[in-house]
This record gives sequence, structure tokens and C-alpha cells, in this order.
Amino acid sequence: MLFNVMKKKSSGNICAERLKLVLAADRAGCSVEIIEVMRNDIISVISKYADVDKNDLDICITQTFLITKIPVDKIKTLNR
Amino acid sequence: MGEVIVITSGKGGVGKTTTTANIGTGLAMLGKSVVLIDTDIGLRNLDVVMGLENRIVYNLVDVITGICRINQALIKDRRNPNLYLLPSAQTKDKTAVSPLQMKKLAVSLADNYDYILIDCPAGIEQGFQNAIAGAEKAIIVTTPEISALRDADRIHGLLNNTDIKDIELVINRIRPDMVRRHEMMSASEVVEVLGISLLGIVPDDENIVIAANKGEPLVGSDTTAGEAYMNICRRICGENIDFPDLLHKENKIIRFMSKLRRREKTCV
Repeated sequence: MLFNVMKKKSSGNICAERLKLVLAADRAGCSVEIIEVMRNDIISVISKYADVDKNDLDICITQTFLITKIPVDKIKTLNR
Repeated sequence: MGEVIVITSGKGGVGKTTTTANIGTGLAMLGKSVVLIDTDIGLRNLDVVMGLENRIVYNLVDVITGICRINQALIKDRRNPNLYLLPSAQTKDKTAVSPLQMKKLAVSLADNYDYILIDCPAGIEQGFQNAIAGAEKAIIVTTPEISALRDADRIHGLLNNTDIKDIELVINRIRPDMVRRHEMMSASEVVEVLGISLLGIVPDDENIVIAANKGEPLVGSDTTAGEAYMNICRRICGENIDFPDLLHKENKIIRFMSKLRRREKTCV
């Protein structure tokens, strides 16, 4: 049985999430849309090989690199 | 040799002038000799916040263009004898001063005073370039609102391309009740996202308005903002003061992150 817990996000949480996206876009010099699309694409690719949802994934933008971090224990082989 | 600190933000209205006035007054109360410089040409306000608007004879532009000597333009504070204000010009256009001229002025003042605090105008154009020219340290003032935080990050990025290596953050107008309800970002969340070393947190306090009405900065007074500003001054002087109103755990996080100086990361 799957319990679907509806978490209502507070405006403070929404602010933090939006801000992270906007800062990533500002620092990378691209649009927010591109950052979001890139993030979702990375999540779907990695989901093929690891048991992750988007909350497990950290995508960091520094001045020089885009780094994706996934906890190692979330990576498992898929049963075919 | 005195320390030259620029107080900047990017966004207007977040409290640069109020912060400059209160830090300057607080440092003077702690026995330091301080000069405040208002570099907002055409929109001066430091004089009014300090309650010295009726004592202006000469201003920054007069000094730079050689109409008068620095000492003729410096206004001694009404309450603190070791605190001085160099007011800005109200009528000139912003190109009246160059970064090089500002740098020479700041360096010469630093010979004679412990702290030179430069109040930077909003924006990132000429006024900003002038204000940062002579500074060796920057205090970025922000509020916990999304637009102010974005601008603070932009300013941080611009400062990283200068010689200013010592950059710290003041989070102004925080409302603990809203933070508790998760309707406002907390100080530790702000520090984590911006990656700037935290100098102080000033709560939203109506006494700030009252103080400005009277032209008497409230640092050191028995108000939440007054205490916060005095803590900032003490930290500038090297004292190690915890951030009140934060959980012990949050204090540890903030100290840890300050040590790492993680200026460049933001995670989505």
C-alpha cells in the first residue's frame, strides 16, 4: 500500500528552492529554465541505474564546475 | 593604519546606511576613531540618519575637487567625539568622483583613524565602483527576501573579482516569528545558500525607524536591533560572540561554514 503524503511546502521552503535555481542560473550565465531541464534530465538518466528520487540528488554549481552528487547507497543494479 | 570597510548590498533599501551609521557609532562607543563616508552622490542619507544634516559645510565632492581640505569637510558627531562624517554631495552627478580619487582619499584617512566606513549606493555602476575602490574589506547587507538575496549574491560575485578578500554578511530585518512559521528563510539557510561568512543578524525592529526619526543611531541601546549592532561591532573588534536567537546547533553550523569559506557553491 502506497501512502501518498501530501507535504504542503511553506513559502520559506519555496523561496529557498527558487533562490537556489536563480543563483545557479545567474552564476552559470544561463536561464533558470535550462538549469531545471538539465536537472530533470540528469535525474531521469541516473534513475535508470540507481534507486533515487530528486530529493536524493544534489546538483552544485561552482564558478568552474557543475557537480552532481548522489549517495552511494542509492545505487543498485536493476533486475532485468 | 586604519581599516577601510565598504558597506554594500546591490539591492536598495536593505539597510546599508542604517548599518553604516550604527556600526560606525558602535565602534566609536568602543573607543575607536571612525570616519563615515557617504558616497551616494545626489541621494545622500547618511547625514540625516546620523542627525548631522544641519552641520554640512563641505562635502565629498568638494574634498575630491580640492575646494577644501578633508578636515574642513569632516563633521564631528554630536554624541561621540571620535566619530566623524564626510557627507556626500546632493546636487552633483555621479561621475564627479572617480575610483582612483576615492582610493587616494580612503588611504590618506586610514593614516589617521582606526576605521573608515564607506556607505555604498545601491546598484553596480559608477557609485559602486567608487565606493569599493579604497576598501580592503566588505560587509554585504541583505534581508532574507529573495530579491535582496539574489542581488547580494551578484555583489559577492563582483567583489570576488576585486582585491577585497575579506567579505562578510549582515542579515538585516529578520523576523524570528516568520522564520518559526517557515514563512521566511532562516539565517543559517541564507548563509548556506550565499556561502558568505556571517558577521551579524539584525532583527526587524521598529526602534530603527524611531532612531532615524530622531537622527540618533540606536546601537548599544536596550533594543533588539541595538544589541545586534553592538555585537557586530564587537565581532569586528575581534571578540567571539555567538549569534543569539539561533539554536546552539545553528551557531555551530554557521561557524563551521565560516571556516570553510564556501563562497562559490549553491546546490539545486
